[in-house]
Amino acid sequence: MSFLEYAPAPESTALLHLRDGYGLFIDGEFVDGNGEPFTSINPATEKVITRIATADEHDVDLAVKAARRAYDRTWSKLSGADRGKYLFRIARLVQERSRELAVAESLDNGKPIKETRDVDVPLVAAWFFYYAGWADKLDYAGLGADPRALGVAAQVIPWNFPLLMLAWKIAPALAAGNTVVLKPAETTSLTALLFAEILQQADLPAGVVNIVTGAGRTGELLVNHPDVNKVAFTGSTAVGKAIARSTAGSGKKLTLELGGKAANIVFDDAPIDQAIEGIVNGIFFNQGHVCCAGSRLLVQENIHDEVVDRLKTRLSTLRLGDPLDKNTDIGAINSREQLDRIRELSNMGDAEGAERWTAECVIPENGFWFAPTIFTNVSTSHRIAREEIFGPVLSVLTFRTPAEAISKANNTPYGLSAGIWSDKGSRILAVADKLKAGVVWANTFNKFDPASPFGGYKESGYGREGGRHGLAAYLESSRAVELVETPAVTTRKAAAK
Amino acid sequence: MTRLTIPKTYKLYIGGAFPRSESGRTYAVESAAGGFLANAAQASRKDARDAVVAARAAVSGWSGATGYNRGQVLYRIAELLEGRRAQFVEEISASEGVTAAVASRQVDAAIDVWVWYAGWADKYVQVAGNGNPVSGPYFNLSTPEPTGVVAVVAPQASGLLGLVSVIAPAVVTGNTVVVVASQALPLSAISLSEVLATSDVPGGVINVLTGSAAEIAPWLASHADVNGLDLAGAEALDWVELQISAADTLKRVLTPVTGVPAPSLDRMLAFTETKTVWHTKSLI
Repeated sequence: MSFLEYAPAPESTALLHLRDGYGLFIDGEFVDGNGEPFTSINPATEKVITRIATADEHDVDLAVKAARRAYDRTWSKLSGADRGKYLFRIARLVQERSRELAVAESLDNGKPIKETRDVDVPLVAAWFFYYAGWADKLDYAGLGADPRALGVAAQVIPWNFPLLMLAWKIAPALAAGNTVVLKPAETTSLTALLFAEILQQADLPAGVVNIVTGAGRTGELLVNHPDVNKVAFTGSTAVGKAIARSTAGSGKKLTLELGGKAANIVFDDAPIDQAIEGIVNGIFFNQGHVCCAGSRLLVQENIHDEVVDRLKTRLSTLRLGDPLDKNTDIGAINSREQLDRIRELSNMGDAEGAERWTAECVIPENGFWFAPTIFTNVSTSHRIAREEIFGPVLSVLTFRTPAEAISKANNTPYGLSAGIWSDKGSRILAVADKLKAGVVWANTFNKFDPASPFGGYKESGYGREGGRHGLAAYLESSRAVELVETPAVTTRKAAAK
Repeated sequence: MTRLTIPKTYKLYIGGAFPRSESGRTYAVESAAGGFLANAAQASRKDARDAVVAARAAVSGWSGATGYNRGQVLYRIAELLEGRRAQFVEEISASEGVTAAVASRQVDAAIDVWVWYAGWADKYVQVAGNGNPVSGPYFNLSTPEPTGVVAVVAPQASGLLGLVSVIAPAVVTGNTVVVVASQALPLSAISLSEVLATSDVPGGVINVLTGSAAEIAPWLASHADVNGLDLAGAEALDWVELQISAADTLKRVLTPVTGVPAPSLDRMLAFTETKTVWHTKSLI
């Protein structure tokens, strides 16, 4: 019996009491949607989990109206201390129901229970706990005395970290005094609706948080609703650009957290054991469904063969399979659509001349799966080095000098994250200075914390989530409005001749 | 017998040099009363693109300079502007139709804006950045950095103060700029360029175009090598279209203001990116 054989240890789903169908959460109540309901499936088995309502234009309007009412009548009148207390309650309720949320998330998303249990859900609680404490301390947020809430926030989140992205959005918005209408991703609405139950248990005033489910159309209706003051979106760069276009001139404050193609740079003096673990964590964590994934490995040429060999050895020990099994390292791809995209781009890797290596593992019969894959001989012009694959696929490129590494790392329209592996502190700091990326992990990767700002440069979006900086996305600075008098100016019409 | 004066040829300011528009076009700049003052260069799409190339080339050096250094360079601009105030008072009086006293106040204000921002160069990082107490054995620091190349439409109704109030906040953090000067009041912009050229500002850090903002701004808004767009003076243009165009490359955008924007930290931070660096701490 090899060490890879093991007895299954699946987490029980008995603690879940899911309903046959879920409505929209508007004004504190679950209500039917007017759109065509859709089913949410388990991507590991393709079995139906539950039925979810679709919000149409009228439903979205009701949700925004509820949020506006709650803002005008309740939430904006509450003290910061009381807003904070609600957030503390929510944080505690998430902790209390953490196992249930982890199981539901793994079931609905396909990610391993190990990750939902140890990463996603604990961070959700931490996020609410962190921002709870800010609610009555906004004067210290660096935005001048008494910064103002914006009003109603429209928030659209992706499927890769469903509940965690919800927490990233809702916690700072409520702490800053806004009310919220949130749309979860179509394939992963379940935990947002369980979260709505938590809000009922916390006795959060009706309308402060509203959740509308549906496909892209519902999100579009939400962000373009004329009565929202703030739009926050996490998702693809293409949709982010569309939102930036459609909100232009509207006065809505916009923050975008979009795609990435992060370089993970490994110098020849790197602590190699840690680097291998970091590379694996960087691209295979959450099946590579991570916007900040270290999808481009830039390895110094003289250690290329060693690093690739050791990566292959390490990847051969990863266990792919049932997301609910506590032994599982690699879960299911979230949807057939995403699996198709990963396959398409990987095939393009073959076609453009890169060399594919895939870890040997048994692929379950049903569900959506993609074995950990490495491409070597990748050049900067290959599509697998330029486009976000959003799957467990690593492209390996090489460099000789730090300058070359920096130039290759920055050679992308994205700028979300980057990694540096080296034992030389001065080199790490110098390289970190030059990288055009919002988050730089040195001798670590894919670390998240509510106290730490996260967000990108360039086409990875704008604004930051997390930390003190994350509050700025939901507040209007009290310093921003003043204009100088222009004593010397007579208003002249521009005379174009 | 009175001496015949020597009128100045007003040109563009790109990459530290003073070229004419490659298009060969000029337009007549008139006094408030409608008299002829000068011919200004009417910048073209090509001039705008050349200016972006110059601005991009200057990013590395300027953003890599120390805050102390950038602060001194900005302060030096104020010093030289002070020394040439008579010329600016004269140009402002003539083109804006105000008394010498009023024009003088505008020059004072412009000088003071440079001084105010100069002092921020080595402080904004402290004020807008911080260490983050993450739950784990990690060093974690967030600091703002310049976003890169910023295109600016300068306020239309204030030739000097308006211009300075949009350039200074962008460059103090380490960005480089391409600015389209007030169409009707371009003389101060070119005279300011002469100050810049002699005051230790590296060529390409500030590039000044004169001409029609309506014609030039769309090319800057859509330019893939521009990171930020300040539409301060674009109120009379179809600025929503410019913002839509900027969305295709996800530029950071400041929307139009009426009048002249006040000195503000927020205006500086609008064109910065917060970078957060994590490093492991060993367990000892």
